[in-house]
Amino acid sequence: MAAIPESQIKQTLGDSRLQLAIYSSTQRLMDHRAAAVAPERLPEYQDLRTRANALKRHTIENLDYYLEQFESNVVAHGGKVVYCRTGDEVADFVLGLAKERAARLIVKSKSMTTEEIHLNERLERHQLEAVETDLGEYILQLAHQRPYHIVAPALHMTRYDVADVFTENLGIAKEVVPENQTKIARATLREKFLQAHIGITGANFLVADSGAIVFVENEGNARLSHSAPKIHIAIAGIEKLIPRAQDLAVFLNLLARSATGQALSVYTSFVSGTRRAGEIDGPDEFYVVLLDNGRTKLLRDPEKRQSLYCIRCGACLNHCPVYRKIGGHNYPWVYSGPIGAIITPQFHGVAENGWLPFASSLCGACAEVCPVKIEIPRVLLKLRSEVTEARRAQGTGGWERLGFRAWAWLMTHPGAYLLFASLGSKFAGLMPKIGPLGKWASQREVPRLAPKSFHTLWEERKRR
Amino acid sequence: MTARDQILADIRAGLGRAGSAKPAPLEAPLLRTPQKDRNLYVQLFVQNLEKLSGKVFVVPSPDQVVPILADLVRGKQAVASNAPFLRTCGIGGFEQVRSDLTDREALREGCAKADVGVTCVDYALAETGSFVMLSSPDEARLISLLPPVHVAVIPRSRILANLDELFATLPKPAEQTSAMALITGPSRTADIEQILIRGVHGPGEVVAIVVENC
Repeated sequence: MAAIPESQIKQTLGDSRLQLAIYSSTQRLMDHRAAAVAPERLPEYQDLRTRANALKRHTIENLDYYLEQFESNVVAHGGKVVYCRTGDEVADFVLGLAKERAARLIVKSKSMTTEEIHLNERLERHQLEAVETDLGEYILQLAHQRPYHIVAPALHMTRYDVADVFTENLGIAKEVVPENQTKIARATLREKFLQAHIGITGANFLVADSGAIVFVENEGNARLSHSAPKIHIAIAGIEKLIPRAQDLAVFLNLLARSATGQALSVYTSFVSGTRRAGEIDGPDEFYVVLLDNGRTKLLRDPEKRQSLYCIRCGACLNHCPVYRKIGGHNYPWVYSGPIGAIITPQFHGVAENGWLPFASSLCGACAEVCPVKIEIPRVLLKLRSEVTEARRAQGTGGWERLGFRAWAWLMTHPGAYLLFASLGSKFAGLMPKIGPLGKWASQREVPRLAPKSFHTLWEERKRR
Repeated sequence: MTARDQILADIRAGLGRAGSAKPAPLEAPLLRTPQKDRNLYVQLFVQNLEKLSGKVFVVPSPDQVVPILADLVRGKQAVASNAPFLRTCGIGGFEQVRSDLTDREALREGCAKADVGVTCVDYALAETGSFVMLSSPDEARLISLLPPVHVAVIPRSRILANLDELFATLPKPAEQTSAMALITGPSRTADIEQILIRGVHGPGEVVAIVVENC
């Protein structure tokens, strides 16, 4: 995972069109969410969040038990469960199955988990065609880009960008009207759906007591990926489990409202196993791939393991003042925003992405809107201390430690503090804005120290 | 060690749990009880589906369904599901509407060519304007998915208050069906500049015919 160069972030900040796109899209999503969870529309909202948190906590604390229950119920309905430790293992499984069934074409619906393991690239290397079918993801696949946002993957592109991508890749005349662009995608992808041997979807939930997967979407491409091909493979992280089908009443009431402000997404599919006797359509083979890819590492810390409660609604991104400035592509991994800032260092190591937990004002907006009540700022603080520890162990960060030690000494020696403060009020303005101060000041106005300190004013007042 | 055993072992090690440990019992599921008057469900359903730009007809009896359908499919090709209630409505004798499809390939071909798909819902949800379709020999998945227009016939008695009542009625949907789909309005996308466009992969037009007395 490459580090993000500062110049790239600066480029985003200086791109006024992009800034407007991020700002207006996230604002719209925030407004829609706020209306959907308002007390007059959903009086039980806070109870639902509390319950969702309790359910996720319970499931994660007993994850092995529910995984085994899920597995036996999938098998009971004619499906198979494939455990995979890594993206390589997922690719090997899909490639092996495709080879056995002589499958060439795979239709895929939007899944962050498959983005995480770069599944398409892995399959393409073996001459398998894996086509993204969500409109946004399809555009991004043609443009060779990764999603900008968990819920709105092509948020950063304009209709003109889309027109260029279509002209380049589909060999069609320039078309800049979004309605027509959508029709072009529909027609192209419809053929793929009808020809594909295998459909790959993600899963929003894995339901332990039913051996079922649940996926939600607005376009219908996930439902088609499940319904049209003869083989359906669902790929999901192990943390997607919930205990009972009835718990969906809690999670489905929260998910779409938090994501886009819809009461329910257009399509909610609850799928368990292969087609049954007499059913006319539906898959003959049904596989659920359960992916670890680092998730079990996150379980070790009782406080940070709540990071696995996430249901990927994207609300924390929309409400984050940092995401809203730097956008999605300046985060090092496919998961951006506050949730990305807490899970990326845990998956890939705090040393490698040490800056992420610090790229936050700790304003708490993310935790306030999280439908499963993940305490993101708390996890960020924990990670900050781990980063600092890691730096100490590496022998770096010495100047910062020295600075804070000096500050601590100053704060515990009143005489020195007063002297420092009076010097500060006279000479602070002359401090050259370079180094860390320069960086800090580049986006802010440096506050001026008052000519007289509070101490001095207090003394003068007493004398009066 | 297989990937399965490794992952389960890593989970247990991470959590500090013994392999055989059973979880503490869960609280009873949180299902909000519908308090609204059942007589208002039709009206509420109509309002909510219309908000999503669905079209709704309310007819008094099953024999009123065919005349409405005739208007909707005039000059078009339609495919209907094998639902018994559609037969009760008299859809069988209808020339433009293909029904009684039981072969997978014929169904795919029929649905791919059809302009209109006609189904009968298993349930409908008043609070969200949703159709609930359980896949079965009577109801294939593709009829409500491939044609650009989806017409759903809804016996009034099948309208429930909301999602919560659905899960109270069907505590384990997997026992009844391999696939339950909740359909809430026309297929839509906002992936290009957040402009709302209907009918991207699924039907862009959704029509409900509610039958009052049946």
